[in-house]
Amino acid sequence: MKPMNPLIRPLVAGGIALAALTAAAAEAPSGWSYKEIADALHAIMESDRTVYTRNVVNRLQNEEKVIKASEHWKDDKALPLPAQMFRYGAEMVAEKNAGFTYSLLSLWPVNKQNAAKTAVEKEGLEAVAKSGQPYYKEETLGGKKYYTAVYPDKAVAKACIACHNDHKDTPRRDFKMGDVMGGVVLRIPMK
Amino acid sequence: MSRHWRSWLLWGVLSAALAGVFAAGLTVDSAQGSSWRAEVRSLFLPGATSHGHYQIELKCNACHGAAFGGREALQEACVKCHGAELKAADDKHPKSKFTDPRNADRAALLDATQCVTCHVEHRPGITRFAGVTLSDDYCAICHRDIGKDRPTHQGLAFTTCASSGCHNFHDNRALYEDFLLKHAAEPALLEQPALPERNFAKVLEDLGSYPHDRYPVKPLGRDAIDAGSNLKAPAPVVDDWLATAHAKAGVNCSACHREKEPAGEHAWVERPSHKVCTTCHEPEVKGFLAGKHGMRLVQDLEPMRPALARLPMKHDAGDKPLTCIACHGAHRFDTRAAAVEGCLACHDDTHSRAFKASLHYALWQKESKGELPAGSGVSCTTCHMPRVSHRTPDDVTRILVQHNQNDTLRPNEKMIRSACLHCHGLQFSLDALAEPKLAAANFKGQPAKRIESIDMAKRAEARAEGSRRKAKDRGQGG
Repeated sequence: MKPMNPLIRPLVAGGIALAALTAAAAEAPSGWSYKEIADALHAIMESDRTVYTRNVVNRLQNEEKVIKASEHWKDDKALPLPAQMFRYGAEMVAEKNAGFTYSLLSLWPVNKQNAAKTAVEKEGLEAVAKSGQPYYKEETLGGKKYYTAVYPDKAVAKACIACHNDHKDTPRRDFKMGDVMGGVVLRIPMK
Repeated sequence: MSRHWRSWLLWGVLSAALAGVFAAGLTVDSAQGSSWRAEVRSLFLPGATSHGHYQIELKCNACHGAAFGGREALQEACVKCHGAELKAADDKHPKSKFTDPRNADRAALLDATQCVTCHVEHRPGITRFAGVTLSDDYCAICHRDIGKDRPTHQGLAFTTCASSGCHNFHDNRALYEDFLLKHAAEPALLEQPALPERNFAKVLEDLGSYPHDRYPVKPLGRDAIDAGSNLKAPAPVVDDWLATAHAKAGVNCSACHREKEPAGEHAWVERPSHKVCTTCHEPEVKGFLAGKHGMRLVQDLEPMRPALARLPMKHDAGDKPLTCIACHGAHRFDTRAAAVEGCLACHDDTHSRAFKASLHYALWQKESKGELPAGSGVSCTTCHMPRVSHRTPDDVTRILVQHNQNDTLRPNEKMIRSACLHCHGLQFSLDALAEPKLAAANFKGQPAKRIESIDMAKRAEARAEGSRRKAKDRGQGG
């Protein structure tokens, strides 16, 4: 075999390495089930959401009373509500075409656009409200198949129930600490 | 035979010439003015464009960037010019709402991920207010059952959704329920009506982008001018300049008249463009370029001229090129003149002609004479180019003039927060803006009808209060 041109050698080596890396990157998710991916994503969402609700909103508004949280946080120079914080993140993820979508829904939504809409959402929200456990199902929307996971969203701080029980548009005013107030609905498109 | 041949030759030459003419029209770089190539290019327009785009309609690739880019390339072009404004308006129907799979059924009926779903260009026959080309019942596609959730909305016709003082598809910053309630008790005229003061001079020191090194802030006199032999003496421009904030703040002749060349040298420029103004007034120029006055400059077209406008303009102003100095007047830069005469030098519609007979102008005159404190008069720009809060990249809050005159129009409720509410209550503002006749008369007179939005918000609040009481009686509401 003819010896390889010294200029081409590193290129070929790099190409092989890149091919190997690409293959590794493509193979990695196959070891993950849809459920595991959904659970992992939700673990991040729930943790961030709890940190913001407890350590920012509940601490500063309800305990230290130094700043308020408001739906109209820009006008009121206040903190965004935990539900808004969650929604803005979800919108940003959607803008990035990250491949999955999520939203915070409820059987007792303050904003009626966040009521259950699809059959799986209804079923899922009812199931998590009863059991307090996640619910998983496949569903087809707009001709595409999704792996849909619904996770219970519980009242983790006084701020959650105080606001929801008092809000003008709330359909329910008897939430207590620890109650399932709604659910995080996460959808992963299925291949 | 030879006659036959000659006919074919003639046909060939004429066809080639015709193809050449069309090709020249299609390929001209910047179709503008009255050049014959622009005339030819206009033959390619599939229909007249809307009021928003007619100024740049012959610059096809302003919107059709890629020849075969499809809807995505078109959408990109929309967002390039309008994206920032929508973001700032807290757009109530962002794209993410329609890409969410749970809304797939709605998106199938109304694909609002694309601007052109609702705003099709080149369709004058179906283009209505604000460039909307959908039929009037578009809200009902998703919200037909709103009466179930909101008893105050029961039985309302679909034609009322987007009527003045109620809802807008994109910008509801002055119309959301809690905002209506917050401003519900305001009188028609506030006790201390006043506009916010511009603060450029106060924050100059904090602005990192300001050329402090070359033009330190200090008053300059006649002997300090650095124009050298470029200034032909005696020049009245020096007196004009001496009276300005520019001279008081150390902005010498060279600050505007010397532009940096690619080689790094500063060469004298007799007639500086808007680009030189961005050195210190970047957000203002950005606004100007985003509006009807400057939008052609962004596309590298000749400046807009009143003669090209669709609104009635004064004949003698027809050829005035709209650059910064068209309104601000080179060297004098009198902002009070710009705020009224700057507009009325060209604009000649009913609303503009009625201005000098309005109460707003009477206040403006009193302020000019010193009979009223600064900020109590109302000029054209008070409403159409209001003073707004702007955060610079180095986190300085500036109160500056929004030079995009579109920012407060179509729908006109967009001016409620930035203009009306400085002096008037919300109910009065909603009522006044909803009456086209009153607007045409430049708001001389009183609104005849009451917009119900605030009353409806109050009814909804009373209903909520009842529900809160009941819950309390039952011992709920941890």
